[in-house]
Amino acid sequence: MSNAMHNKTLTELKAGLAAGDFSSRELTEHFLARIQQHDGELNSFITVTAEQALAQADAADTALAAGNGGLLTGLPIAHKDIFCTEGVRTSCGSKMLDSFIAPYTATVVEKMAAEGAVMLGKTNMDEFAMGSSNETSYYGPVKNPWNLERVPGGSSGGAAACLGARLAPGATGTDTGGSIRQPAALNNITGLKPTYGRVSRWGMIAFASSLDQAGPMAQSAEDCALMLQAMAGHDHRDSTSLNEKVDDYLGALNNDISGLTIGIPEEFFPDTLDGAIADNSRAAIRELEKLGAKVISVSLPSIKLSVPAYYVIAPAEASSNLSRFDGVRFGHRCDDPKDLEDLYKRSRSEGFGDEVKRRILVGAYALSAGYYDAYYRRAQQVRRLIRDDFARAFEKVDVLMGPTAPETAFKLGAKKDDPVSMYMADVFTIGVNLAGLPALSMPTGFINGLPTGTQVIGNYFREGQILNVAHKYQQATDWHKQAPAFGGDQ
Amino acid sequence: MSWEVVIGLEIHVQLNTVSKLFSGSKLSTGAEPNTQASLVDLGMPGTLPVVNKEAVRKAALFGLAINADICRHSVFERKNYFYPDLPKGYQTTQLAEPIVGAGIVEIQLESGEKKNVRIHHAHLEEDAGKSLHEDFHGMTGIDLNRAGTPLIEVVTEPDMSNAEEAVAFARKLHAIVTSIGICDGDMSQGNMRFDVNVSIRKPGDELGTRTETKNLNSFRFMEKAIALEVERQIDVLEDGGKIVQETRLYNGDTHTARSMRSKEDANDYRYFPCPDLLPVAITDADLEELKAAMPELPNARKARFIDDYQLSEYDADLLSGSVATATFFEAVSKAGGDAKLAANWVMGEMAARLNAEEKAISDSPVSAEQLGQLIARLKDGTISSKIAKQVFEACWAGEGDPDAIIEAKGLKQMSDSGELEKIVDDIIANNAPQVDDYRNSDDAKKKKKIGFFVGQAMKATQGKANPQQLNQLLQKKLQ
Repeated sequence: MSNAMHNKTLTELKAGLAAGDFSSRELTEHFLARIQQHDGELNSFITVTAEQALAQADAADTALAAGNGGLLTGLPIAHKDIFCTEGVRTSCGSKMLDSFIAPYTATVVEKMAAEGAVMLGKTNMDEFAMGSSNETSYYGPVKNPWNLERVPGGSSGGAAACLGARLAPGATGTDTGGSIRQPAALNNITGLKPTYGRVSRWGMIAFASSLDQAGPMAQSAEDCALMLQAMAGHDHRDSTSLNEKVDDYLGALNNDISGLTIGIPEEFFPDTLDGAIADNSRAAIRELEKLGAKVISVSLPSIKLSVPAYYVIAPAEASSNLSRFDGVRFGHRCDDPKDLEDLYKRSRSEGFGDEVKRRILVGAYALSAGYYDAYYRRAQQVRRLIRDDFARAFEKVDVLMGPTAPETAFKLGAKKDDPVSMYMADVFTIGVNLAGLPALSMPTGFINGLPTGTQVIGNYFREGQILNVAHKYQQATDWHKQAPAFGGDQ
Repeated sequence: MSWEVVIGLEIHVQLNTVSKLFSGSKLSTGAEPNTQASLVDLGMPGTLPVVNKEAVRKAALFGLAINADICRHSVFERKNYFYPDLPKGYQTTQLAEPIVGAGIVEIQLESGEKKNVRIHHAHLEEDAGKSLHEDFHGMTGIDLNRAGTPLIEVVTEPDMSNAEEAVAFARKLHAIVTSIGICDGDMSQGNMRFDVNVSIRKPGDELGTRTETKNLNSFRFMEKAIALEVERQIDVLEDGGKIVQETRLYNGDTHTARSMRSKEDANDYRYFPCPDLLPVAITDADLEELKAAMPELPNARKARFIDDYQLSEYDADLLSGSVATATFFEAVSKAGGDAKLAANWVMGEMAARLNAEEKAISDSPVSAEQLGQLIARLKDGTISSKIAKQVFEACWAGEGDPDAIIEAKGLKQMSDSGELEKIVDDIIANNAPQVDDYRNSDDAKKKKKIGFFVGQAMKATQGKANPQQLNQLLQKKLQ
């Protein structure tokens, strides 16, 4: 019986717990054992919190027995190591925070715990969420469970890989320029980046504050709806968290989608795009047409500027956000600083990896006197144009669809020395962050045994509709049910 | 050829809110280091700021008090620089869109002249922590209790042309912020900090290079520091030198100043709008509510003092200069029934004693009611002004209310004319040579010589004789 547990969705596991098919302790032990057995190779976790997980599982079993279960009671969840967890190392994938034991817990983690979730551990990620391949992590690269020589995507690469390999049934991620959706696509899982402000950023270590958003990652849209139901909501500790009521995501999953209008932005299918990638997304869209959706072509003319605009705004904010890592109060401090300047220089030089340093330099440059107008201000103007493009499109359509990533998982090291080519991995996802819109990536087929994903972008606060569309698609197809051979039952 | 002095001020006003600008921590009042610093104040990874509405309200109230435009959507920006007591590596402040726009403060000079000082703007910002250089054996201790304390920084135009104007402005600003209750005004605690920008030029020339002098924690030091800096600049220029744009630190104890940093050391602060905070919205309704709640402003109070108490402009300006003084004066005036006497005593005897003992008026050992009682006794002739000073001293020393002191010490003026007449008769009988001398003098001399008899009478009555009555009596009897 237990062998099958890891292939079940959160929704199925929830039903199993409710029916008493297994206990949360059994479930938790099962996943901990799988992590123990397989993660040495995959490297998807930075920290496994087995003891705490089992205590939470026991508490969940007690609650379930008493009929006091919440949305997620007894379900094992892996948290990206960007979320502060009190008493547990919160590294953000960086040497800078290798010794940082968070003194408090992020709202996302707190809310999920309040609904009974069991935390398995903290997942690997690109350092400070800066990367699209998980190769910038201080803790080493994560492998793609579909092909161990390939990257899992990033920055939520550990989360996506552990889900793909069935080492956890649900995981949190964060998405600043595609960091939930791109790894979701590369690992054949479903991931949702909510509307900016839908999920609290309190306790989530900031990369680019105006773009960062936490979201759920799981095997299915239905599971993402379950997790988002627990994660979303206003938080008075985050001024950018919006005081909008949380929709009934689970309740909307089965809404009829006939009459839905899907927009296909022509910019998401450029001539240069890999034909097989385009074909998979077009096939997914056709599947939805069969379910009654209407498809029209739209244009987002400014979207081509999203990568350059993003690579000014995100580094600019990051350069400021990462200033607090100065060796004074927490995090890495160099040995025997000879004076204050030496303390700053060496602590930061030693604590940060190359990609983080590159972005701090780029960001500081973009904000510096004499360049601000040419870079930062101009990028903000572009951002407005992109937002306006999306707004115009949403006057005509309910959702927009296109490929999540321009290619399948690439080989480890393939883009390490070519940052611009690496940045292009997020060409289809970044515009959504600049506009603050919600978007989901769902599995839509394979190319040479490697997963591809398709993005469903919704209007502001229409997470329910996106999840509904994806769920309907997943009811009709089984791409999302495919699991890699890695970690399979021998 | 004389030099023209140009002065502009930057004033940090610490708002007396309950909690900090972006966190729920209470404002620190001498607590143990780092005990009033929350996760947000410590700049912990993942923490976020939430703006304190009370601080916004107080900043807007200040804007209304100086007739400034209030920005409806002011924007917080990050000022990026590294310093150990700056926990986030940036200060959250305002630059392009500050909450308070251009305004005006009218000052009163001793000459009777009035002058308008223009306010360029005032913005909200958070304070930094403190670096502690003692007790750490070559290292620096960091106390973040003060980090995140709400300030408004008020920036004037360079409208002042001497130390007197700068101090008059500083006092007026102090009066405004204390009157509207947004700051306790305690300069010794750094709750109001003045930085002075000074430059000099020949009349008609372009503005000269300015220096900024910091650390002026009293009006007196401000006045002295300006004089010192003006003198220094004149010396430099008259010796053919150049003024370097720099920040200088004044030491009030030694009356010296030294260069702290030059402009070349200035950082590129890489300001940009703080993405963690939304623009601060202020609505018409907010402004109406603030206007309705606006306490009496110093200049309105001054006008009222002139009208109600017939005080001179200058006296009214001084007495309305702080809430504490104004309240005290009005209470004395009410209790004593004489505004002119109340003004004289509050600005004279009282101010002198407070100054001598470096006490605030709120800590005066003589209460307003006691001073009022003293004035009432003076007014109704119970005591003379000379005796009044004696009673004031006794009251200051804690010997009780004026009435009780007068009673206990038998200081009542001798009002029984029969008794006084008898004393005068005795003096005339016992001092025949002086009486003759007086009678043989001309009028001018008589005026002087009568003093001898007054002195004798005062001595005999222990000062309790009513001076007017005594004078009349002596003049009559000595004829």
